[in-house]
Amino acid sequence: MGETKAHPMNLLRTYILPRILQWALVIFVGISATFLIPRLSPINPVDEMIGRMTAFASIDPHAVVSMRESATALFGLEGTLLEQYGRFWARLFTGDLGVSFGNFPRPVSDIIAAGLPWTIGLLSVAILISWVSGVFLGALAGYFHDRRWAQFLERFVVVVYPIPYLIIAFVLIFVFAWWLKWFPLVGGSRGQPGLTWDYISTLLYFGFLPALSLVIGSTAFRFIMAKSLTTTEIASDYVQYAELAAVPKRKIILFYVARNTMLPQVTDLALSLGALFEGALITEVLFAYPGLGFVLYNAIYNADYNIIMGITLLSIAGIATASLIIDLLYPIFDPRVRLR
Amino acid sequence: MASDVLRATIRDLFRFSLSFRFGSIILMFVGILLLLSFFSPFESDDRRVVPRNKPPSQEFILGTTGNGQDGFWLLTFAIRNTLMVSGLAVLIGRSIAVMLGMITGYLGGKTDRVISSIVDSIIVIPRLPLLILIAAILQGEMTVLSLALLLGILDWAHPSKRYRAMILSLREREFTHTAIFSGMNAVKVVVQEHLPFLIPLLLADAVAGFLWAIGMEVTLSVLGLSDLSAPSIGTLIFWGNYHHALLRGRVWILAAPIAASVLMVVGFYLVSLSLSEYLDPRTRLSRLTMEE
Repeated sequence: MGETKAHPMNLLRTYILPRILQWALVIFVGISATFLIPRLSPINPVDEMIGRMTAFASIDPHAVVSMRESATALFGLEGTLLEQYGRFWARLFTGDLGVSFGNFPRPVSDIIAAGLPWTIGLLSVAILISWVSGVFLGALAGYFHDRRWAQFLERFVVVVYPIPYLIIAFVLIFVFAWWLKWFPLVGGSRGQPGLTWDYISTLLYFGFLPALSLVIGSTAFRFIMAKSLTTTEIASDYVQYAELAAVPKRKIILFYVARNTMLPQVTDLALSLGALFEGALITEVLFAYPGLGFVLYNAIYNADYNIIMGITLLSIAGIATASLIIDLLYPIFDPRVRLR
Repeated sequence: MASDVLRATIRDLFRFSLSFRFGSIILMFVGILLLLSFFSPFESDDRRVVPRNKPPSQEFILGTTGNGQDGFWLLTFAIRNTLMVSGLAVLIGRSIAVMLGMITGYLGGKTDRVISSIVDSIIVIPRLPLLILIAAILQGEMTVLSLALLLGILDWAHPSKRYRAMILSLREREFTHTAIFSGMNAVKVVVQEHLPFLIPLLLADAVAGFLWAIGMEVTLSVLGLSDLSAPSIGTLIFWGNYHHALLRGRVWILAAPIAASVLMVVGFYLVSLSLSEYLDPRTRLSRLTMEE
């Protein structure tokens, strides 16, 4: 096999193209589902919504008419199903998600764009911390599996892992924000936005608990996987050889064992992005953190379907694209894929 | 015969698996609370039957709510409803998954490739925004039953992949060929010959399925998207929040449903952990050699 030369075209054909096709399929299925589901429901969302809005407040009749038009157009309830479907895609391609009903007539894309950086920031910090600490703590606990601290850590993780993000966030709010009053109950930052220490420190202060609630659950998940990968890894010959050769334990764990368990963890990160994103939405709701989750919560409260729809579409496309990027970067980490 | 095997299995699990022992004890405790709901002195929608907002005491061990409901009995109803929703959701989801897994696993070829790639893409789609979209449209019409249905039809992609893999391996076994050559039709082979092998996996998987369903029930309810008039773990938290239980220092109103939800998910997780460990061929082998 020594003479098979790695050829970039090969990688393109066997790995990159199928993965891009899969990405297109995810987006297609996800967006089609988002299109179809409201149409399968027995309720006409437009009447429902207009009814609810006019029940509580008197609204300018012109606004009601244009709202109805906008709603009927976005839900696309005129014409055959196929025509509606075509228009739906046409609007998506121009980035038009309609207007908000709660903040009429602000475009939905505006409102989402305002929340997006908060969510991406929170999510990426939480993912980075939980991935690294999960992989290394799992490798340590797997390698020293008969030590008491490792067993204690594992039991703790097994209890924490199944608890939903929402409950973890609640407990953190209860203990650290309400009881000990170490952290604020709600909000994202304080003061004038800018690259000053004053502002950035409030970002950290307000973001700490929301991020922690995400980190706890996702570290537990990584830890469990890392530990079981490590258990199989330390049974292999090269680890025993390294131990016999008196290679320092620190080096065995960091450079051999943990490094080998990282590859499946990269693939798995792409698969678990959706769950992490859902966790971020929930955490933001509970902490009133100004990201997409909080936007979504307000939209539910105001029955602002356009925003709910926009966030659903965006999250499907966003998660699919993020996991595509991780998978396309994978050959950089794993020479076996690159040289196949 | 079958019940003997089952009893022996449970006895083994209880003896050898620490997580099964803890998990089943927790679930039994939750089950007792659920059964107690049938003996409650109040109806689940009775209001102002006890003094309002009383902290836990000997008379009201979990305190009372702002609506004058007894926290303890309300919790038993909540546990019953949440478990009913998640149980139904698991049942619906796994039924779809088994059918799909059997079809794709047995037929193979092009059908399998097409369905599998669709399933693979559905797995990546985040379900919570989709759930919120549907629930928001159905708001007001949501019942305990429709929530269960909704959760069920969104939870089959992952399990169907596992069942497909199992059927794929069963299809290559000797007895499948024997059955086909002796003229058994495909449906019969899958249902009579393959399904029994799938059942242990299905059980372990169903237990794990409760985790997602409970989490989603709580999440949707806290967002105010389920039937808010029916007590459930999620709606108790919703109303606690709604009446600002934390800000007013009425911690017990929120603490009870939160503690119950933690107990439930940890119980289910420990049991599913021990079951999948038990089904793992590697640990089964070591257990067999140990017994000899």
